Amino acid sequence: MITLYLNGLEVSVEEGMTILEAARFMGFPIPTLCHQDGLSPYGACRLCVVEIGEEPKTKLVSSCTYPVEEGLHVRTASQRVMHARRMILELLLGSCPQSKTIQDLASMYNIRQQRFRQEYENCILCGLCVRMCEEQMMAKAIGFRSRGENRSIGTPFDIQSEDCRRCGACIYICPACQLRCTYTEPERAICGSCVNLSPPCLEKEEFKDMMCYMEPCVACEIKKG
Amino acid sequence: MEKVKSIDEFYLLRDRLMTDRHLDLPTIIIPAGTCGQACGANDLIRITKREMLHKKLSERIQLRITGCHGFCEMEPSALIEPSGTFYPRVSAQNMVRIVEAVIKGEILEDLLYIDQETGNRIEKQIDIPFFKKQVRTLLGRNEKVDPIRVFNYIENKGYSAMAKVLSLKDPHRVIEEIKSSGLRGRGGAGFPTGLKWERLAKQPSRNGKFIVCNADEGDPGAYMDRSLLEGNPHSILEGMIIGAYATGATEGIVYVRNEYPLAIKHLLIALRQATQLGFLGKDILGTNFSFDIKMVRGAGAFVCGEETALIKSIEGKMGEPTQRPPYPIQKGIHGQPTVINNVETWANIPIIIDLGPHEYVKVGTKGNTGTKIFSLVGKIKNTGLVEVPMGMEIEKMVNEIGGGPVNQAKMKAVQTGGPSGGCIPAKMFHLPIDYESLTQVGSIMGSGGMIAMDEHTCMVDVAKYFMKFLKEESCGKCFICRKGTQRMYEILDEITNGEGKMEHLTLLEELGSVVKDTSLCGLGQTSPNPVLSTLRYFREEYLEHIEKKRCPAGVCKNLITYFINENCTGCQLCIKNCPSEAIEGKKKERHVINMEKCIKCGACKSVCKFDAVEIR
Repeated sequence: MITLYLNGLEVSVEEGMTILEAARFMGFPIPTLCHQDGLSPYGACRLCVVEIGEEPKTKLVSSCTYPVEEGLHVRTASQRVMHARRMILELLLGSCPQSKTIQDLASMYNIRQQRFRQEYENCILCGLCVRMCEEQMMAKAIGFRSRGENRSIGTPFDIQSEDCRRCGACIYICPACQLRCTYTEPERAICGSCVNLSPPCLEKEEFKDMMCYMEPCVACEIKKG
Repeated sequence: MEKVKSIDEFYLLRDRLMTDRHLDLPTIIIPAGTCGQACGANDLIRITKREMLHKKLSERIQLRITGCHGFCEMEPSALIEPSGTFYPRVSAQNMVRIVEAVIKGEILEDLLYIDQETGNRIEKQIDIPFFKKQVRTLLGRNEKVDPIRVFNYIENKGYSAMAKVLSLKDPHRVIEEIKSSGLRGRGGAGFPTGLKWERLAKQPSRNGKFIVCNADEGDPGAYMDRSLLEGNPHSILEGMIIGAYATGATEGIVYVRNEYPLAIKHLLIALRQATQLGFLGKDILGTNFSFDIKMVRGAGAFVCGEETALIKSIEGKMGEPTQRPPYPIQKGIHGQPTVINNVETWANIPIIIDLGPHEYVKVGTKGNTGTKIFSLVGKIKNTGLVEVPMGMEIEKMVNEIGGGPVNQAKMKAVQTGGPSGGCIPAKMFHLPIDYESLTQVGSIMGSGGMIAMDEHTCMVDVAKYFMKFLKEESCGKCFICRKGTQRMYEILDEITNGEGKMEHLTLLEELGSVVKDTSLCGLGQTSPNPVLSTLRYFREEYLEHIEKKRCPAGVCKNLITYFINENCTGCQLCIKNCPSEAIEGKKKERHVINMEKCIKCGACKSVCKFDAVEIR
């Protein structure tokens, strides 16, 4: 067992846990986008940052990847943490305003402005779909490509992957894609990440077939309509 | 080459090589690193060889082809030993003359280096101001050694440090020596090397330990590591062998970027020679110490210089940083303990063992010992690689070694530490160059890039340039680093286009501080430095761009206009050179630029002989 201080509270948790797991176990909420129980931690969205260490030498780390350490001081909602989270959410809103998850998080953190040039992207490259495909579906059909601003998710050489079973798990887990199931007009409700962006192994013709697996999904409504 | 079977045999070989040397024979040294070859050093080598064959001179003079000596501005050059005569910018015709002069023992006055301040000719290399102020422990060895001849290295004390360490049979003492030498990692962060090694030595491991030489040098305008690898690859191998012996490492890896073909070639030759001589492999020099080095080529991602990303890349995965802890020293390549050091750090090891730590600490300042190679580039007279003791003032480096600004311009700033470093304004040039002082003023030491800028450099444009580099080279894993650099670039682009608003400055600062705070790896954490440091020291330049829609340095295209003043003699040269036919005017009458047609390429300004074209 390892003893650490979460927001001043002395707690004992098992060795090998991450700060995020410890904090959630103790009831401290930490927002995440790229974390999912059952998938390996990745640390891409940086929303889960917490402040560790003691004054004056403190630093921010992503709680989902940082292992608990003996005697570690952790603050999950300090001013510095909140400031960073709000900026990240503002950036997320600037790029992916359609996502319900991101909208909810932004409203939770009381974001009232978005100062960047508005973009409409569908993917925040959280990597959930990649890890889902590899770790839970044992397929490894999709992966990251390129770096920096050109980074994207797809299959090798952009051709349909033989490893893809069209299970739809990637779409199911996508946090930027959830608008699909909640929008009022089904035709416009599809975020398009599955067809237009990634994974490209789903081609337009196969889209309808695939949708049969998805429950609940507006695509079924389209079919009926 | 026969395998050297024991330490005594090595000393015999070294003594034999040293007595066989012809130190009295005049030697023509031609530096042929990548920079030299690009300037035509290969032609000089061919001509010298031809002359030597034709005139049967091989008994009377020697030719040595080496790596870069550092004065890249003056390539291709030739250095004559033992007199120390230096001939800069040698043309193919003049090379024939130089060979003849060397045989006769003459000096060609008209080809010597001209001092830019006094106008006098300087004969000897050591008297040239560029070389005079340097302390060239590492680069100086480049002159002595032909990188593809291992015997050449051995006769210049090469591999002696390795033999010394192996004969002492005390790995702990090696670590103690490195620790007391105060050597700090030359890759940028400045972590004490001895301490790192000690931790690796203490780390238990069943399946071996790794040491890595990080030669993934990606900073634009920096090429210190390349010159060392090209010019003296054996010194790096020797450093790694000593490191392996001290820490108990079983495998070494040199991670070189594929864009360095000559460095890779020389390194592969060096590896082959070292293996043949038995310096690598099983039971090195008859001791029971075994160690081998492999080379891994990087595919050119800047982020792979970060240690966790480098490990991933060596493992064959995508070059992405991962969370530390666990540190590479606990869990590195394939889960084994790993130490990663920069090329320059490894090259320093044989020198420390050779000189002894007490001698080594005499150079530099307390806490920052030894020398550091910088690649001094930008708007100064002498550009090239300079090796100076740590703690030298920036002033001295820029004005004395670098020769000061070109054309009487005023120096504005230096940018240190590569793309994620910061800009240090001219009023702070009294600062010593060491890890702490540079960090304090918002820059970093980095691997040693140093770009000098004068008043014709726009700081907003500089920040934009580096941000463009970073947004392309960020690995993209962290959302904040990927999007943050993109957004910072976007805002800077707006400012340079004259669309900037006052709110942009606070937004830049706010965003920069969050990117710095929340990114995973060193790249992300230092990526806002160009923006934050220019905002800190050159805020008025940003304000000028935003409020007055004016670029004081005359760089940002959308904020400047070209104008022909009364100096114009009507020579029509600018009219002929204008690509968009924007200049009108009769012969011997003052010309006028048509603003609607002008594409602001600056061709008129560069061809005008009367300084009649102004930027407003």
